[in-house]
Amino acid sequence: MTPTTTVQAGRSARVRRPARLGRSASGRQLTRASGLGLGIAMLWFSLLVLIPLAAVAATAAEGGWSTFSRALTNEATAAAIRLTVLTALGVTAVNVVMGTLIAWVLVRDRFPGQRAIEIIIDVPFALPTIVAGLVLLSLYGPGSPLGVNIANTRIAVFLAFLFVTTPFVVRSVQPVLAELDREAEEAAASLGASRFTIFRRIILPSIAPAIAAGATLSFARAVGEYGSLVLLSGNLPLRTEVASVRILSSIENDNPDNAAAVAVILLAISLVVIVLVDVLQRRVVRRG
Amino acid sequence: MADHDLTQPPKDAAGVATAAPAGFAEPAPPARAARPARTRSGRPGPVAYLLRLVVIGYLFLLIAWPLYLVGQNAFKDGFDSLRDVLSDPDTVHALLLSLQIAAISVAINTVFGVGISLLLVRYDFPGKRVLNALLDVPLSVSPIVVGLALILVYGGRDGWFGPALEDAGLQIIFSTPGMVLATTFVALPLVIREVVPVLEEVGDEQEQAARSLGAGPLATFRRITLPAIKWGVAYGVVLSLARSMGEFGAVKVVSGNVLGATRTATLVVEEKYLNFDKGGAYATAFLLALVAVASVIVVSVFRPKGKR
Repeated sequence: MTPTTTVQAGRSARVRRPARLGRSASGRQLTRASGLGLGIAMLWFSLLVLIPLAAVAATAAEGGWSTFSRALTNEATAAAIRLTVLTALGVTAVNVVMGTLIAWVLVRDRFPGQRAIEIIIDVPFALPTIVAGLVLLSLYGPGSPLGVNIANTRIAVFLAFLFVTTPFVVRSVQPVLAELDREAEEAAASLGASRFTIFRRIILPSIAPAIAAGATLSFARAVGEYGSLVLLSGNLPLRTEVASVRILSSIENDNPDNAAAVAVILLAISLVVIVLVDVLQRRVVRRG
Repeated sequence: MADHDLTQPPKDAAGVATAAPAGFAEPAPPARAARPARTRSGRPGPVAYLLRLVVIGYLFLLIAWPLYLVGQNAFKDGFDSLRDVLSDPDTVHALLLSLQIAAISVAINTVFGVGISLLLVRYDFPGKRVLNALLDVPLSVSPIVVGLALILVYGGRDGWFGPALEDAGLQIIFSTPGMVLATTFVALPLVIREVVPVLEEVGDEQEQAARSLGAGPLATFRRITLPAIKWGVAYGVVLSLARSMGEFGAVKVVSGNVLGATRTATLVVEEKYLNFDKGGAYATAFLLALVAVASVIVVSVFRPKGKR
C-alpha cells in the first residue's frame, strides 16, 4: 500500500515520492503525439534546468583542482561553508525532533485551532524569503518586543534556517503517521510496554523513512538559503556570512569560476549528508 | 410513541418535551463519545497537554508572532505607509513586474507540469525514473546557484548560448526573460507534485472508454482528464503563484536590479529596508505576505478533507 501513502505525502508539493512510478501497470507505449510532447518537454527542461546546472559543474571543473583548493583555502569562504553546513545540520536536528512532534500533535491529538496550526506550518513555504527575514527581524531584531536583539549574529542564521525549513519534516511525517495502523501499538500497550518503548520500537521505525526524507529536504533547503539572511544576519565575513552570500559576491566580482566551485563543494557536502541520513534511517528501521 | 423517536429531538413538538427529558439525557452521551478516535486512547493526559503546549508555543514564537508583527509594523502609521508605497511609481512598477513575471512563469509551469505529469503517469519510456528524480532537483538548488547557472548559459558576454542569442537581438540576463527563466526554474516541480498523485488516483479507465468510443486525444483530455485533475492543477497553480511572486535570490542574480526596469517587489523590500525606509519595506512586505498567506489559506480550505 505504499503508493497510497505516498500519494498523500505528495500533498503540498515538498515531499519525496519514493519509487512511486515504479509500478507501470497502466503504462502505454509512447505514441507519435506523446513522443513529440515528451521531446518538447525534455528540450525545455534541458534548456531551463539541466544545461544550466551542467554549466555550473563544467565551469567548476574547467579550472581543475586548483579552483577548488583556492576556494577552500580562502579563509572567508571556508568559514562561510563551515557555518552554513554546521548550522544546517543543527537546524535539521531541531526539525527532526520538532517536526515529528508537530506532526504527532496534528495527527493524534484533537483540539480547537488545529486548522490554524496547519496553515501556520505552510506559511514559511509560501512566504517570500526576503519577507521571512523581515518577519523574524520584527520579533528578534532591534526594537524587539521581547527585548532581544539577535540581528547580525550567528543565532540569526540559525533562526532564519529554522523558519524556512519548518514545513518539511512535518509535511513528510504527517501523512505516514496518519496511515499508521494502531493495532500494534495497542498490543504493545496491553503487554505492558511504556509509551516511550512503544514510540521507539513501533512508531519510530515506521516513520523513520519519512523523517529522513523531510530531514534531507530541510538540510538541502538550509544549505542554499539566501533571501531570509539578507536583512537579518548582516553578512559579516568570517562571522555570519553563509555560503550563498559568498557565491553571490563571487558572481558580482566577476569570478564565476570561484562561484561555481563553491556551489559544487556545497552540492558534494549535501550528497554526503543525504547518504548519511539514509544510512541512519535504515539503521533505525532495522533495529526497531 | 416509539422509543427511538425520542432520540430525534427536532421532530418532537413542544408538548412532547415535558415527558421527554429523561429519555433525551440517556442516548446523548454515547453518541458523543463514539465520535472522536480518542476513545481508544482515553482522554488526553498531561503528556498530551504538554505536547500541545510545546507545539503551539514553538510555532507561535517562530512563525505566528513575527508574522503578526509585520502586519502591525506596516500599519504603525495607519494606512500612510501603504498609501505611500502604492503611490510610488517605482514600487508600483515593481509590483506589476512581479505579477507579470509570476503570471508568465505560472502559465509555463502549468502547461509543462500537466504535460509531463501525463507522460510520467500514463506512458512508459526509458529513463522515466531518472526524469522523475531530476524534476525534484529545482526544490533543492540554492536560488543563488540557479542564478549563477542561468548566467553561465545565457549571460550576454560569455555564456554558452548568450552571445548567439544576443546577436539575434534577444537579451536574457539582466532583462525580463532571464527573470522569467529564474522564476520558472524555482517553481518548476510544484504543479507536477500536485497533479501526479491525482492522475494516479483517478486511473485511466474513463480515458480508455472515451478513446474506444472514438474520442480523439484532445477531446479525451478536455472532456475527461482535465475535469478530473482540475483541483490538483488549481492547487499547483496557487502554490506556484505564491512561490513565483516571492522569488528573491535567483531573480536578484539575473535581474541587474535596475530601478523602474528590472526591480521586482521582493527586491524593493530589500532596497527600502537598507535605505532606512522601514515603513515602506514593511508595507511592501505586508502586501507580499498577504499573497502568500492567502494562497496557503485557499489551498488549505478548498482541499478536500480526505486528502490531507
